[in-house]
Amino acid sequence: MSGVVETALEITPRRRARMSLLGRIAAAVVVLCLALAVCGPWIAPYPTGSIVSQTVFGPMTWAHPLGTDYLGRDMLSRVLSGARYTIGVALPATLIASSAGTLLGMLAASWGGAADQVLSRAMDTLISFPSLIFSLVVIAGLGSSVPVLIVTAAVIYTPGCFRIVRSVAVGINTTDFVTAARARGERNLTVVLEEILPNMVAPILTDFGLRFVFIVLLLSSLSFLGLGIQPPYSDWGGLVRENLDGLAQGAPAVILPAIAIAALTVSVNLLIDSLPNRGMARRAG
Amino acid sequence: MPPLDSWETTSRSMSGSIVNESTGGASPGRRRAAGDLFLLGMVLRRIGISLLLLLAVSIVVFIGTELLPGDVAQMILGQSATPDTVAALRETMHLNEPGWLRYLHWLFGLLSGNPGTSLVNGMSISGLIGSRLSNSLLLALLTTIVVVPLALTVGITAAVWRGSAYDRAVNVLTVAAVSVPEFLFATAAVLIFAVRLHWLPALSYAANTDSLQALFRSFALPVGTLSIAIFPQMARMTRAALINTLGSSYIEMALLKGVRPVRLVLRHALPNAIGPIANAVALSLSFLLGGIVIVETVFNYPGLAKLMVDAVSTRDVPLVQACAMIFCAGYLLLVLIADIASILSNPRLRYR
Repeated sequence: MSGVVETALEITPRRRARMSLLGRIAAAVVVLCLALAVCGPWIAPYPTGSIVSQTVFGPMTWAHPLGTDYLGRDMLSRVLSGARYTIGVALPATLIASSAGTLLGMLAASWGGAADQVLSRAMDTLISFPSLIFSLVVIAGLGSSVPVLIVTAAVIYTPGCFRIVRSVAVGINTTDFVTAARARGERNLTVVLEEILPNMVAPILTDFGLRFVFIVLLLSSLSFLGLGIQPPYSDWGGLVRENLDGLAQGAPAVILPAIAIAALTVSVNLLIDSLPNRGMARRAG
Repeated sequence: MPPLDSWETTSRSMSGSIVNESTGGASPGRRRAAGDLFLLGMVLRRIGISLLLLLAVSIVVFIGTELLPGDVAQMILGQSATPDTVAALRETMHLNEPGWLRYLHWLFGLLSGNPGTSLVNGMSISGLIGSRLSNSLLLALLTTIVVVPLALTVGITAAVWRGSAYDRAVNVLTVAAVSVPEFLFATAAVLIFAVRLHWLPALSYAANTDSLQALFRSFALPVGTLSIAIFPQMARMTRAALINTLGSSYIEMALLKGVRPVRLVLRHALPNAIGPIANAVALSLSFLLGGIVIVETVFNYPGLAKLMVDAVSTRDVPLVQACAMIFCAGYLLLVLIADIASILSNPRLRYR
């Protein structure tokens, strides 16, 4: 763990880091996906729910570039509007997980003692669940709805963020400028927010990207199992499930939404990998 | 060349993973006995922590599934049931008791091998789980047999030629593959091998054990998909564990005396990295628990994960609880094995 602390305390160079070609392509794909989440339904060639073709599981044609689905709806339009549900649920969940993990991690590090122990053991308990199993338990108890999905995903991925932030913050907590701040009588919360937080922005952002990938994968898997976003709304995972019957005939409608998910998650991951200061967040789950 | 050989002995016994008995006199022997006792204490402590975590997990599972105050008795009997029968069922199911007492009932039921009955079909849960669990374990075992040698080979070769084009390719491909959803691997495998090439049956899984070939045909796609899902993580962690060892000073020594890179890794680094690599393998295998849920669903495989997903869809809470506890216990066991592997392989704990 000492390695993590040392890396975080290195001063990040101000100059613009040169990114690899792969990194730039990945960045472009991420931006494209975010743009689709905002304006996907407006640029879709057909209205989202309308049946526009006689052919179910149709092949890729000029009229329907991504084929048609199990009801004869245009897949391109379905995928474009599905972006909103995939990203629109994963992003708030990541924001909650990342801010809760960051805040709790910094507080635990600055408090130390019993409070730190209690928080750390509670996080250990949460991390003892395989993520998919934890979501299945919650969904069995509460049913599946967008708020339940967001909160569940946030709860599952808070501990990972907590652990990383805490380990980095413990290192910063012993530096001279933090000791100086405490000596001038700053309140603990002020020390945490004004002295510790600004010095760990890079690891937090890296971790944010990784959490986002995990959460997109978790929510897509749940939708694929039929336990995530419920019809009539479909995220990309749900689109795969809807069209699973077309697999035996080799319909593009099954595989294309899955490829869309992979394009998003792989790009985010490659983007993180090509950034400077990478890798420190990869260690803890 | 005697000087080199003596250097090698020193470098290996210093690292301690291979303990040279002949060099030890009476005093190191006694130190070792004390060290072993300490090691045993560490391992027992670690097992105790796992049991405590499992207890905490059981509380979370129980609270998580019983959050809704809905009346289970009413749900089982339906709307037409008379209040008397509902009250009687509430009594037999201990629903009138406070939550903590119901939790204890449930926990002792689980521990004594009697996790209750399914809400949906009234069958005993241990009966429902029995064969499903062995099916899932078989799938996991076959996947382990396939993926461990492959991942170790790629991880170790990438570490040997680190910095080469091969290593960079492995790095980019595994970073990418870690973040691909399992169902993309599954659907792509079906499209390629079943639909286009007609080599394998598509989605219909049938446990055909008549011949080795039939067995292979029915397991190829599920095992292949699971292996691809776990492989990148395992290869990356193996490479990282070995490269960590390659940073040691005795490796630098061997390098300075002119040992060839391949020999450096295989003879000097690998024996000392076995602990960290075992740790990496066990931790990566814990990713099986997520993948198996997807794979069993895609291929309609009659395993425990499929049973659990179906139970969640029908809100069969007792069945979900039991399945969740089995999965969490398996997960904690793998993490425990990983930790014990790194405790046992740390020579600093053995000689104190």
